[in-house]
Amino acid sequence: MSKESKSGRGISRRQFAQVTAAGAGLLSMPAIVRHAIAQGNAPLKVGVLLPRSGVQAGLGQACQRGADIAEAVLNDLNYGVKIELLNADTESNVDIARTQAEKLINSGANVLTGAFDSGQSAAIAQVAEQRSIPYVINIAAAPQITEQGYKYVFRNFPTAPMLITDALALQKDLFAATGKTPKTAVLMSVNDTFGTAMQNGIKALFPKLQMPYEIVDVISYDPRAKDLSVEVAKAKATKAELVMPVSRLNDAILLVQEMVKQRYEPMGIVNPGAPGMYEQQFYKTLGKYSEFCVSNVPWLNPRSKMTPVLAKRFKEKFPNDLLELNVGFTFEAILIAADAYKRTKSAHPFAMIEALRATKIEDHVMVGGPIAFNSKGQNVNIKSAAVQNLKRQPVVVLPADSAAAKPVFPMPKWGAKSRG
Amino acid sequence: MEFSAFDLFQAVVKGLLTGMVYSLMALGLTVIFGVMRVVNFAHGEMMVVAMYLAVMSFAALGIDPMLALIPIAAILFAFGYGLQRTLINRFINVPEHMQFILMLSVAIILVNVCLVLAGPDAQGVQLDYALDSFEIGELLIDKVRVYAALGAVVISALLYLFFSRTRTGKAIRAAADNHAGALVVGLDVNRLYAITFGIGAACVGAAGALTIMLVQVQPFLAVEYTLLAFTIVIIGGLGSLRGAIAGGLLIGVSEAIAGFLLEPSLKSVFSFGLLILVLLIRPQGLFGKAA
Amino acid sequence: MAIIERLFGGVPRRALVGLAMLAAVLLLAPFVVSPFVVTVILLMFYFAYVGQAWNIMMGFAGQLSLGHSLYIGLGAYAAAALYMKAGIGPWAGIFLAIALAMAVGGIIGYLGFRFAITGVYFALLTIAFAEFFRILFDHIDWLGASAGYYLKVENRQENDPFNLRGSPTMFYYIMFGLVVLAFGLCRWLLTGRLGHYWLAIREDPEAAQATGIEVFRYKMMAVLLSSGMTALGGVFIAFYNNNLYPEQIFSMGRSIELLLGPIIGGLGTLFGPILGSALLVLVGEIMTDLTEGSQLAGLKQIFYGLVVLLIVLFLPGGVWPWLARLCGFDRDGERK
Repeated sequence: MSKESKSGRGISRRQFAQVTAAGAGLLSMPAIVRHAIAQGNAPLKVGVLLPRSGVQAGLGQACQRGADIAEAVLNDLNYGVKIELLNADTESNVDIARTQAEKLINSGANVLTGAFDSGQSAAIAQVAEQRSIPYVINIAAAPQITEQGYKYVFRNFPTAPMLITDALALQKDLFAATGKTPKTAVLMSVNDTFGTAMQNGIKALFPKLQMPYEIVDVISYDPRAKDLSVEVAKAKATKAELVMPVSRLNDAILLVQEMVKQRYEPMGIVNPGAPGMYEQQFYKTLGKYSEFCVSNVPWLNPRSKMTPVLAKRFKEKFPNDLLELNVGFTFEAILIAADAYKRTKSAHPFAMIEALRATKIEDHVMVGGPIAFNSKGQNVNIKSAAVQNLKRQPVVVLPADSAAAKPVFPMPKWGAKSRG
Repeated sequence: MEFSAFDLFQAVVKGLLTGMVYSLMALGLTVIFGVMRVVNFAHGEMMVVAMYLAVMSFAALGIDPMLALIPIAAILFAFGYGLQRTLINRFINVPEHMQFILMLSVAIILVNVCLVLAGPDAQGVQLDYALDSFEIGELLIDKVRVYAALGAVVISALLYLFFSRTRTGKAIRAAADNHAGALVVGLDVNRLYAITFGIGAACVGAAGALTIMLVQVQPFLAVEYTLLAFTIVIIGGLGSLRGAIAGGLLIGVSEAIAGFLLEPSLKSVFSFGLLILVLLIRPQGLFGKAA
Repeated sequence: MAIIERLFGGVPRRALVGLAMLAAVLLLAPFVVSPFVVTVILLMFYFAYVGQAWNIMMGFAGQLSLGHSLYIGLGAYAAAALYMKAGIGPWAGIFLAIALAMAVGGIIGYLGFRFAITGVYFALLTIAFAEFFRILFDHIDWLGASAGYYLKVENRQENDPFNLRGSPTMFYYIMFGLVVLAFGLCRWLLTGRLGHYWLAIREDPEAAQATGIEVFRYKMMAVLLSSGMTALGGVFIAFYNNNLYPEQIFSMGRSIELLLGPIIGGLGTLFGPILGSALLVLVGEIMTDLTEGSQLAGLKQIFYGLVVLLIVLFLPGGVWPWLARLCGFDRDGERK
């Protein structure tokens, strides 16, 4: 069926006849073969695009675990809708993300989700827009993605400025709760896509947030660094009382290792909204030195009713892995799609779009208010939590109403017995 | 921010130690090129394989990488020997781009075999002394870095002895200097080539085992090590043993200094800048023989 | 008419008919096939085009570049910056893109050739420059640094070829046009004096010099042409993906993926880049399909690597020369 024949769609939603290259002047009408659209009891087909191989493989596979247990968790919750996952590997490559998105739509995906990375997510967003298929982003922090006026794109992940605003507010809460405030801080940031966005955000937001400390130096390091001894030496030389790393996993490990080796003892290591310090490998490698690091990041809400259900299924299926935010957000992306489908009972893209816009999910797994999208498709109700490493586990310590333990700050010295 | 001369000195000492391990890694590359004029674009991949072997032997048997490096070097020797015999020997006298594509496909396969078998997550060894430091006056130097550097120096010395003292080593050098001549005097050049490739692989194997004490391994580190090895070897002189050692130390130290003086994220610009400079001013490298 | 003669002279009739049919099929394809297939063919076009550009430098003039992502990146950033900062559309922007890439390519070529850097050393020089620029762009705040540079996506309802805003189908025809133009240009160059000089230089630079060919000059021409053409591929990437990251656009992986096509297809041949790119994209898709059921990420790439390995082992000259011999097309003056 040609899309042109369907009436009753606004201009903005119509896919137009394609005008061809200048000069050639050919007019083509792509024959779009639409697959039968799921209705009522048929499962909702969710296309999951993640970088399971290539440089981001570790993170992509972590996200995938959240998708893999989604069906079982929804069943446990008696959610009442069936989902079917169509998985695709973007190979950490933008071009492949794009063709794979097209491919999933061709195989009948009713809604897309993914893709962890901002570049790949932005590419998929364009496909979703052109093919009129709703797309729920699980993780991607570049603010620009929801500033393009897209109609089919929804993001249930904070943008870099949101992450920073929350994280710095949590720092103040941390100082208030423990009665100890550092006067100086050093920002150590990985110079990659995410790190630079965060670094720029911190520079822009810092004056407005009236933080009690002064940032005495910003040290930006190579994402491919295999040795951070010079960087840590520089940080140590500033004598800053607070270390704020914007890191990934490997560099977070190198960073702490070097701090121990160089006996740099700040009051605390508190990251302003970055991954690395809550990941399993961080605990495994650093052991007692992983203790007391604080990550101010969006996190699973231990007091939500849904979290234990997710945690149980996760433990069953992945006994050796850690339940962290990649899993949580990927699961929530699927939850959002399932919730919309539950309300409309139709997988038709326009019905789904309307339902997604009206999303209001009170019960979900991440910290924050109900999941709802603003006119740009951004969920602005996500809140970060202060997650501290206690007994080799990430534990929510702030905000108090979601906390599972009390924060420890300043952190004990590297040689302290309380590190266990 | 002001840094004292002492901070800089400390950084240079660490750079030198790191450079020694770099040197060993680069030796593997330079030996292979020097003898058979084959550029091993799968060098970093072999390094990563060795790092995984070290992780596995530590996890399963608790063997310290300093000891495990002997069997690991032996395994990589066998791998290199076999690879040369089966694949690379057919590519000795073909244009560089063909060697490049051949080694590239080997590299793609190796990295992804690592990904499938070991998974994408970073892995390392948890040594009890991993975070200890030697204290010499004010100077703080971490133990693992010193051990790794010592290991690298010992192996480099052994390699030097092999090429200067043993019959096989001398025969390999003869084959490198004069291929036709070596055939004339009845040397089994194919065997020598295979041994050479094996030795190159063993060097990078040992370097991998030492490096795992300092760095976590994940499959996609490989490309970076390949590039690093190339930078070092070109600066020192492709094919020159002394050059690889000098290049490794130079890059180790210059990275440390650049990290101190510039924005640390710019420090590899310094290495690539150095590489471009050497290519232009002395394309045969600091220790290479002029073509 | 002289041009026609040069473009088509000496080509067997069967080959011409085949070519015409192929062109017709590709022109009509978007009417028939699914949008997914359109994007896959579009990817083939892109690789065929940049492969053709790379081939001029390596296949024709014998200069191995492993850093062509540099020109892609420069082209992409130049056109994107003009469009976003000054409101100048991509069709005007390509001139800056081409000029910038040619300037940098010219510097690299000049340094390389003047200082007599050849073979592996030249290849490494190209890598070093590409990496140098990657890190440099990682630090240019004006262009988003490593946080990425986004183009405004607008006019999505209608195709706007003048600003390169539109659907994959629009890009499909534009890239198709570029592939045809590049193919024609290369054919024209190869059959002319320049082509003969290049081949002479490729086969034996010293002998070429001895017969009075200005080796330096013709090598420079190859580099300039190749870098300029590659920059156009970058403009396409910028306006197709609408976001640029130095990490991705200048990456060594990008340099490598664009030279695989011409080498697998047949270095120095006109059809090599086209066939090679088509083949590799196809192999990639097939491997994705075959390994779909498996949860083992990375399996696809292992098979992909094996296919490349097998082709290199058994068809070292590339697939096209072998296929051409099989079909009896090998009389058209290409490298045998």
